[in-house]
Amino acid sequence: MDLILFLTFAIIAVVCALSMALQRHPVASALSLIGVMVSLAVLYVLLGAEFIAAAQLVVYSGAIMVLFIFVIMLLNAGAEKMTHKAGLAEFLGIPLLLLFLAFSTWVITNATPAGKMIKFGNFTGGGPREVGWELFTRYVLPFEVTSILILIAIAGAVRLANRELD
Amino acid sequence: MREILPQELFTQAVPQAAYLILSAILFTIGIAAFLFRRNIITVFMAIELMLNAVNLSFVTFSNQFGKVDGQIFSFFVMVVAAAEAAVGLAIILMVFRNKATLQIDDIDSLKN
Repeated sequence: MDLILFLTFAIIAVVCALSMALQRHPVASALSLIGVMVSLAVLYVLLGAEFIAAAQLVVYSGAIMVLFIFVIMLLNAGAEKMTHKAGLAEFLGIPLLLLFLAFSTWVITNATPAGKMIKFGNFTGGGPREVGWELFTRYVLPFEVTSILILIAIAGAVRLANRELD
Repeated sequence: MREILPQELFTQAVPQAAYLILSAILFTIGIAAFLFRRNIITVFMAIELMLNAVNLSFVTFSNQFGKVDGQIFSFFVMVVAAAEAAVGLAIILMVFRNKATLQIDDIDSLKN
């Protein structure tokens, strides 16, 4: 059952990502990106990371994407005009990206041991209890620093949204 | 369902490399969207896609080593992405208010 679930949601993720890259309208791109995030959440559950899967659904596809769609609606963004100002990237971009993908695939297949299989249920250390324990013991200083980061981000966003550019 | 599909699909586990290759594919699509799209909001969404791809490989390595540290890292990536989205969208709002455009070709005040 693992392989079927993995293949289904991996294909959904790749198709949604391609659709995000190819759609002309920002709202369609945003909805495709939500599709990618939801299928990645399913893959996180398969990997034994229940807490991260829930956070992915709540924080990413809930909060962040709603913020994106809110801004798209607020600015009334229409379909984009394609211009050909990309310069070198227009000709070299796709071949170089394919080269990058081939190279990273080669590195991954060489670096991972061949018999290494991931089976659902083999790793059970990803619940809220275990993640919370690590977060508040070993990682308590980074955790507090991120709270300061969030505070700075809130202050910066409020300041930016209130000010006119000279 | 079980009669149509081959039996191996139901019993076999997933190789670890498959997750990492999926992560690489999503990252590459993110770079492509970042390079070729001309709408500032879509470019921003491409960055989110790349962050998601990296999160997937963090969680995969967490599974491989049997430790929860990789998941903690992807949790921090999520927090940073949320902060980045808030500031970035505020910047996009301000740019739109001043330039009345979302095309990145028209926003070139710092060029030359």
